[in-house]
Parts: sequence; C-alpha cells; structure tokens
Amino acid sequence: MSLLRYGYVSGPVIGAIWLFVLATTISVTMSFATGDAFRPALASSLVLGALAGWIAVTSQNKITKIAMISALVFATSLTGFGPTVMQSTATSQGFVAIMLALVVGWSIVAIMVDVPFGSLSRHEMEEAWIRFLTGFGYVFFTAIVLIPFYVMVMTSLKSQSDLLQNPLDFSLDLGKGAVLFRSYYELFRDFNFGTYMWTSFYVSVLTVLITLAFSIPGAYAVARLNFRGQKAFSRSILLIYMVPMIVLALPIYIAFSVTGLRNTVVGIILIYPVTTIPVALYMLQGYFRGLPPEVEEAGLMDGLNRLQVIWKITLPLALPALASVSLYVFMIAWNEFLLAFMLLDDPSKFTLTRGVAMLNSSEIPREHLMAGAVLATVPVMVLFLGLEKFMTKGLTAGSVKG
Amino acid sequence: MNIATPPKGRGPLAKREARLAWSLLLPTITMVSLVVILPLLAIFWISFKPIGLADLRPPAPVLRESLRGSGDDLRIEYRLRNSSQDTEITDVTIRDTWPESLIVAGDLPSGCDLDGTVFACELGTLEPGFNERLRVPVVLADGADKDMAEDAAEGTKPQVRGDAESILTNFEFTLDNFAKVFDGDEFWSVMWVTIFYTVFGTVGALLLGLFAALLLNKSFRGQGILRGLYLFPYVAPVIAVAFTWVNLFDPFSGSANALLLQMGVTSEAINFFGQRPLALIMVTVFEIWRYFPLSFLFILARLQSIDTDMYEAADMDGASPFQKFWYLSLPMLLGILSVLFLLRFIWTFNKFDDIFLLTGGNAGTRTLTVNVYEQAFAVSNIGAGAAVAVIIFGCLLVFSVFFFKFISREEGL
Repeated sequence: MSLLRYGYVSGPVIGAIWLFVLATTISVTMSFATGDAFRPALASSLVLGALAGWIAVTSQNKITKIAMISALVFATSLTGFGPTVMQSTATSQGFVAIMLALVVGWSIVAIMVDVPFGSLSRHEMEEAWIRFLTGFGYVFFTAIVLIPFYVMVMTSLKSQSDLLQNPLDFSLDLGKGAVLFRSYYELFRDFNFGTYMWTSFYVSVLTVLITLAFSIPGAYAVARLNFRGQKAFSRSILLIYMVPMIVLALPIYIAFSVTGLRNTVVGIILIYPVTTIPVALYMLQGYFRGLPPEVEEAGLMDGLNRLQVIWKITLPLALPALASVSLYVFMIAWNEFLLAFMLLDDPSKFTLTRGVAMLNSSEIPREHLMAGAVLATVPVMVLFLGLEKFMTKGLTAGSVKG
Repeated sequence: MNIATPPKGRGPLAKREARLAWSLLLPTITMVSLVVILPLLAIFWISFKPIGLADLRPPAPVLRESLRGSGDDLRIEYRLRNSSQDTEITDVTIRDTWPESLIVAGDLPSGCDLDGTVFACELGTLEPGFNERLRVPVVLADGADKDMAEDAAEGTKPQVRGDAESILTNFEFTLDNFAKVFDGDEFWSVMWVTIFYTVFGTVGALLLGLFAALLLNKSFRGQGILRGLYLFPYVAPVIAVAFTWVNLFDPFSGSANALLLQMGVTSEAINFFGQRPLALIMVTVFEIWRYFPLSFLFILARLQSIDTDMYEAADMDGASPFQKFWYLSLPMLLGILSVLFLLRFIWTFNKFDDIFLLTGGNAGTRTLTVNVYEQAFAVSNIGAGAAVAVIIFGCLLVFSVFFFKFISREEGL
C-alpha cells in the first residue's frame, strides 16, 4: 500500500485499471449498438493505461498531456494494438478510435489532476482513488440499469429470427417505419391487451381510493388520538406489513374458490386494498405525526369537531403526503403479480401483469413478451418520472417493503 | 375544607376521544382481520389437515336429466352421481318440474313423488362413487310432439341437494404435512438456499446502495436524472424485469452469452438460470439489482441530512476523505443501515415472485416461499404448502422480536 503513495506508482496503476474499464464499456456499448464484434484487449489496455497514467502524473501542461494520451490511444487503435479489438466497418472503427482517444485522454488527466509525480500526501492519494472509484461507479451503475431496459425495448421491436442469428444486433431498420411496432399492434389486436391495460388501470385506481378511505381515518386515530393500546396498534401495523403475501395467498385462494370470487375482478378489487392498507396506514401516520398539533387544536377551540378538523385542516395540509401515498399504492397495485396470477384464470378478466405472464410460452414469439413487458413498464415509468418528487417521498416514507 | 386533588382515571373527554379513535379504526381492523388474521388462522388449521387441491370443491351430487326412448318405451332418465370417490353424501333430494305434455305411465322410483307437475325425490344417502340412473316411464299426452316435450323436459333444470362432510370443516387432524415437509434432505437444502439468498441479497443490496448513494451525494448537473435512472429497477413491474433478465441470459439466444462468447470470457454458452449453483447466484444478483435502489434512496436521504459543519471541522483537523467517511459518515449512517438491514432481511426472506418468475424454483433455487407454492399447487398438496407457510410465519415472528427490540432504539423509520 505504501508504494501507492508515489505518483509514478498510483498513476500507472489507476490508469491501467481505468483504461480496461473504459475499453470494456465501449466494447459493450458498441456491440449492443451495432451487433459487430468489439472486445477489450486486456494486455494492451493495461500497458497503454499504465503509460497514459504515467504521462498524466508528469509535470506538464494539461492540454499537452491530454493531447499526448489521446494521440497514443488513437494511433494504437488504428494499427490494431489498441485497447479494443474491433471487427467492424471502417467508419465505426474510426469513430470508436476517436471517441476512445478523447475520453481516455480527458478522463485520465481529470482523475490525476493535482497528483504530483513524486511522493503523495495521504489526501492526494485518496482523492485520486476516489475520483477513479466515482468514475467507475457512474459507468457501472448506469450500465447495469440501462442494459436490461435497453434489451427489453429493442427486443420488442425486432423479430425473433433476426435475434437468433445475432443476439447482439439490436440495430433497427428505421426505413421499415410502423412495421417496427408490429408486435405491439398484434398484442392489442390478438391478445386483448387494450382490455388488460384498462382492467389494470381501474383496478389500481379503485385500490388507491379504497385504501385511502380506510387508511386516512385509521392513520389519524393512531397518530393523534389517545387511547389504550395505541402503541400496540401501531406496532401491529408494522407486523402485518411483514406477513408475506404467499402465506396469505393460500387461504385466500381457498376462500375465493369456495365462495366463487376466484376469477372475478371484484375479488381482485377486494383483495388488493388489504395488501396496501397497512403500507398506507404506516406512511400516513408518520406524516400526520409531523404536522403541528397546534393548528388542529386551534380548529377545535373554534368549535369544529374532530371529523371536521380532519376534513378541513389535516387533509388539506397532508395533500403532498396523500399524493405520495396514492402514487405508491398505485404502483403496488399496477405491478402486483402474485395474486393476479393465482386468482385469475379467465383470459377475459386478466390484469396487465397476468396478461404478460400468459405471453411467457414457447409458442408465442419473444418480441411479444417483451412488448408486453414494455407496455406494463411504461405507464409506471411515466408516472414516476413525471411526479418524481412525490414518488421519491412515497418510496422513502413507507417502502422498505418489496 | 376540601383539599383539591388531581383527577384520577380517565375523564369523560379522554373516554370520548378513545371512542372516536376506535370508531375511526373499526373499518380497518375489520378488513385487516378478515383478510390477514383469518387467513393466518386458516393456514394453521389447514396445515394439520390431509387436504389436496382436489378436495377444495366439497363433494356434491351431480344430476343430469334426459328424455330417452320412443313410443312405448319412452322414459325420463335422471342420472345421479356422487362427485367424490371417498365421501358419502347424506339427505339427497331432487326437485324438478315436468311439462304437461308428459304423463307418467308406470311406477315412480322409490322415494319419489309426483304432485301435479312437480316431481320430488328423497333419496337418503349416496355412497362414495355412487353412479346410477332413475327411470320414470312416461307417455306423450294427446297431440304432444315428442321433440317439443323433450325440449320442455330438459329445459327445466332439476335441482339437487345433499349434505356432505367437507375435509376443510371436519375435525380430522394429522401431522403428516409437517412430517413430509421436514422429511429428508430436501428441507435442509431449501433452508440453506433461503439463508444464502436472504443474507447475500440483503447485504449486497445494502452495499451497492451505499456505493450509489455516496456517488450521488453531491450536486452536479444531471444528478437528478441519474437518481431517477437508478430507481428504475425498483419501480418497474417485477414481471417485466424478470422476463427481461431471463431473455438477456438465455443460453441459446441471450445477448449476455453472445457478449461473453465474443469477448472470449467463455468458450461455450452458459445456462445462467438452469444450472447449480449458478442459478442461485443469479437470482441473488437479480435481487440485489432490483433492490439496491431502495437502500440507495434511504441512505442518500440520510447522507443529505448530515450537518456539513461536522465535515468542515474535520477538514480543519486535516482528516482525509477516507477518514471522513469511516469516522464521520459511517457512524451517522449506522442507524439507517441496521434498520434497512433488518427490514430488507425480512422482506427478502418473504420474497416469492422474483425466483418464481426467473427459475420457477428449479436448479437449486427453491426457497421456503417458493416451496409453499410448489407443495400446494405443483404437487397439489395444500396441507403441506400450509405447513411450510406456518414455518415461514414462525421465522417471521422470531425476526420481528429482533426488529422491535431494535427499532425502539432506532426510531429512525
């Protein structure tokens, strides 16, 4: 470790690892984008990276250093000894070489900024490593999150036979126009997905309404009113919140089978709120506790009774929390899969998630399955991105739940 | 002279408040106990019962009516059957309305009676597997058409009733379910898989979430976008992301395999979700991937609420970045980290959908929760499924004791 306290050691070590990370990232990105063969070259990445790291800690002008590293990477890339091995068209090879050269030059110099060539202070060393880890972190997290969603969307737009030939070729022939969305069109035409989306939508909205109707009075009572057993009650909310659904699903399945509620949307609407009421109670009571009681007491003094206080004072104050809770409950209901899967068998009554599960069969091409997945994901994502502030609040307030 | 004493007990105001509280809570309590407490009791009850999926429908008499034959041999036939092969049905009665175009031309079967157009039978007990025909010879009334009579006779549905003992409600108990569940190596392998999945899934998601939170704990352009992006895995429906993963890691046409082959990491396609022990590792990785956003969100919120004064003081004292993290940030995060660990531990333990969708519990990925489904629906032994569910519930109670001991100290959540 003490060796790392020298610029001429830390620089090349970080440079070598970083260049390999970058080479891998660019290879993966280019493979997914073009379907051609790109792969990182371990040995030359490490050697070139070490060299670049060495250059970056020398005491020269910043621009000179970037230019030197970029030129080095560009030259080796074109001659075939670069950090990525490419078998592709000349244009994309040239593009990759230029991109790699610029990114490597700029990033390595940025990581090694203010790192002297000789011995380093503890601060200088740690900061260089932290800059490296930060860069690595951004690349890593963005990649692991984006790749699955990219594959999901792209697979839904391609035909299965194309993908079997080259599973990496996600390039789209934009000239085809609307034909690209064929699988979506077929889902709506042949598989009733319009109905499923509508069912999911109104089931989720009704779930939100019923949940709020039950949990607002309950949460207020737990948060504000004094009664014996208050503490035990708020604990048992949490406890119920922890009972796994699969344990309850079995008796619910039996009860629904016996009473004939299985295979009905009414049954689903009856059961969904129960899974969300504990969450909503828990989130809302936390919020109600945070409201200043003085405002409510003022209302009581002015002659309102408790219910009027809740309706006229507490609820308007709690609107942001209600929005968060509603969004979160909507998300749970929309994404719910287990109960829909167990309780619904009749294709005319499916919710969207149940409909997507139906597509998971070897007779149905995969682009249909992925198109279904996209259809299930997009509405939640739109809600999430549009109302991110409320959504994030909702998530932090109550959602240690999975 | 009266000495003023503070009031004892609860005054009328307090009582009124408590009454209001209970009335506000009543709907919720009713609903929750109906759908949570009752099923829990039911699970205990069922776990001691020898019951399979087919026993859910209670035994019932099944009746079909038809007009058979022609001319002199015309008859109405009732085909009566006991739907169960091993339970008897008692007090069986039949009621049917006959059309006026048919006239009885012989003896009624014993126990049967015709009153005007109403035909009724009291047949007593049907043996298990009972399957017989009741025949009533008839003739057509004058001028009646046979086809019309047939339509009229078969058009009115006969009603049949009978009482049968359902296995769900009788008092027959057994310990077989638990014996079956605990039997052999299978239980311990399921237990081991559950522990592996829970521990590594929880710890991995926490560490990844901590890393991501540290990355985004500074303001720069695009911070909001990245934060939103990193929450995607959690917000998307599990069914969508699980199928995407299965697709991505498919051994024949998955992009991940193609990529690894091309990079020379492996020489032949890997069956990620189909071979031991890789499948277990993959479902754990999926769990980490899907739930790191949650820990990330919580840890980030906590990090942003830490007072910056502390860091300034540490800077004055010459603390290095790692020292600041280790001696300042980490102790401040300890509370949220431990609460997150406990809650996520319980939730990962309870997780069912993810593994069910990814592998269906095959290739050594069967956890306790998947086992409930497997026993109850795949093997059609509801009793054994309920027994596993009881075991899960027991574990949960143990965890929650820990949890409440802890959370009262860390009232952070």
